[in-house]
Amino acid sequence: MSTLLRLATAGSVDDGKSTLVGRLLHDCKAILADQIAHVQTVSEARGGDFDFALLTDGLRAEREQGITIDVAYRYFATDKRSFILADCPGHVQYTRNTVTGASTADVVIILVDARHGVLEQTRRHLAVAGLLRVPHVVLAVNKIDLVGYDEAVFKGIGKDVSQLADQLGIADVQAIPVSALVGDNVVERSPETAWYDGPTLLEYLENATGRDDISARPLRFPVQYVIRPQTDDQYRDYRGYTGTVASGTVSVGDEVIVLPAGRRTSVSGIDRAVISATSTAVAERPSAVAGEAVTVRLADDLDVARGSVIVAADSSPGTRRELLATVCWLSDRPLTVGARLLIKHTTTTAQAIVTKINGALDLDTLGVIDATGLDLNDIGKVQLKIAAPLAADPYSSNNITGSFLLIDAHDGWTLAAGMIDDEEGELL
Amino acid sequence: MTAVYETSPTPSTQSIVTELDALESESIFVFREVAAEFERPVILFSGGKDSIVMLHLARKAFAPAPVPFTLLHVDTGHNFQEVLDYRDATVAALGLRLEVAKVEDYLADGRLRERSDGTRNQLQTIPLLDAINGHRFDAVFGGGRRDEERARAKERIYSLRDEFGQWDPRNQRPELWSLYNGKHKPGEHVRVFPLSNWTELDIWNYIEREQIPLPSIYYAHERDVFERDGMLLAVGPYSQPRSGETVSSRLVRYRTVGDMSCTGAVASTAASPAEVVIEVAASEITERGATRADDRASEAAMEDRKREGYF
Repeated sequence: MSTLLRLATAGSVDDGKSTLVGRLLHDCKAILADQIAHVQTVSEARGGDFDFALLTDGLRAEREQGITIDVAYRYFATDKRSFILADCPGHVQYTRNTVTGASTADVVIILVDARHGVLEQTRRHLAVAGLLRVPHVVLAVNKIDLVGYDEAVFKGIGKDVSQLADQLGIADVQAIPVSALVGDNVVERSPETAWYDGPTLLEYLENATGRDDISARPLRFPVQYVIRPQTDDQYRDYRGYTGTVASGTVSVGDEVIVLPAGRRTSVSGIDRAVISATSTAVAERPSAVAGEAVTVRLADDLDVARGSVIVAADSSPGTRRELLATVCWLSDRPLTVGARLLIKHTTTTAQAIVTKINGALDLDTLGVIDATGLDLNDIGKVQLKIAAPLAADPYSSNNITGSFLLIDAHDGWTLAAGMIDDEEGELL
Repeated sequence: MTAVYETSPTPSTQSIVTELDALESESIFVFREVAAEFERPVILFSGGKDSIVMLHLARKAFAPAPVPFTLLHVDTGHNFQEVLDYRDATVAALGLRLEVAKVEDYLADGRLRERSDGTRNQLQTIPLLDAINGHRFDAVFGGGRRDEERARAKERIYSLRDEFGQWDPRNQRPELWSLYNGKHKPGEHVRVFPLSNWTELDIWNYIEREQIPLPSIYYAHERDVFERDGMLLAVGPYSQPRSGETVSSRLVRYRTVGDMSCTGAVASTAASPAEVVIEVAASEITERGATRADDRASEAAMEDRKREGYF
């Protein structure tokens, strides 16, 4: 629907990720004169050549250490579409930031240094992309100039990665030979890689499709906030349920079920704001699709509040108080069985207990091994008991009603990103 | 209201409409999350274009009910009169509640001292933090955009601040999907940036599409200016030319609105949002680079200010 494409980058330390991003922005003319002057001044002060990485590494510590620490968001556009790019750090310590970037990405660009091939971080980033079901993966084989533009090197890495991708269930991987430093195949096609007939990185990004059509799936509408103006005008008795359509389409007259109560009713109105400098009103519309923030009114006067989810009557997920899920553990504090946490799932926050840890992903074999706990950056499979019923779907069918956070109840820290497993409960 | 543009009937292209719709829905989602999960949210409202767009989106999020938030303006005392007029007219027309934290109160009783260069953007931090503590605001909406500046590019949409209002860029919570974690301890608060993913061009396309009135200084007007550090500064009560700086009357507009003494104007003939869109799209200098002396102080000027609790 939208021409906005969200991408995330991932790669190991020193494989030139920030340089690639800087090159992409620069060659798309998204870097302006004062930013270039700034990088030039700093580069010269350090006695080096123009350092593209300085365009994105914004924090003091990043510049001092020459590494990317946190996700940087960048914005650029071509004549074809606009891009939001999450530039994620490569260091294993910051894998949680790669998970963050990948959670909203349509495309993840995984960098590999042509001289080094697939590393543990490459496997980890591929696993994250597969787990989060990022629709497209680009394998950017970088520093291709440093291996003499050798086709065999490129093909070999491409083969290694497509084997991993098959194991991880990643359907779409596009390998591209690039040199971020020189600019080969980033925006401009390189004369040095005549053996490569695929798209340049930018050509690929301009033509990639977004997440598959979530509007065609069953309706899920988590209620965020109830609007009751109680003003002394035409809206005195107005009662609307605000939210963003998570999946499907909602139309006036639709038969729906409100979870967790399970009450059946129908949609009596869908409103969007109509405001001027002085007046605030709403106008009715016939329907709304996934991604749109609207206000829904219902035919019957039911108990509907934040945490309720309005779903298609003929395709209700029901509710559950126990979940089997795959989690990316994002915290230094290890997870152990019996831990009491908070779960945040759509607009519900509830208490949860980890009743079982069913295993962890072994990055070498991509198989599941026994585990009694999970440490920072581990990917594991857990069983949760929840204090409130959740209207949840498997992540594979809905990335909004299928995802959740685990939160430390004491200090509020986000501990884990969770994805609800399919009924069969396979790991990846 | 100080409405000063002519409505332009220029139809936007389909692609721009859908991109703006996506950004609008994302921002509205954030406003509703905060309204539902925090006790005392506040919108930082300066009368600048980003805060005006922010208020517009907040109104859309809760229509037909009024915006359920207070507004807060941290007033440097170095204001453009057109902007103050706009602020007051907006508050009156919408029946909103406005709190003003004045840098001048702090200067008057000695809690703050004027800086040697006379500019006051950096002096806003303490009045801002005092206002947040005094009113026990737990969520503070800011109009910051990630495209503005390198440090902002690293900030979350929900950005946790400790009891001292400090931002710790190396210890930010991961922010996944659209699950925003607003948990905080007493004394802490969360800065919320609903415009994080908007660019300057998005803002102007949206102003055009929604026909949002702005203070007149955002459009081309004649003004007596002088050049300093490559910027055009207005001759006014807070900024006078030094010897060697010559004053001339130029056709200018403002790309940002801040402390009048260190916010530069740009030469412009753009008299409507549509014309500004064209100008911004063709600009070769970033918004802050063109107009903000305070960001040029060092490699990490904004990061340093943000760490201390700045916007």
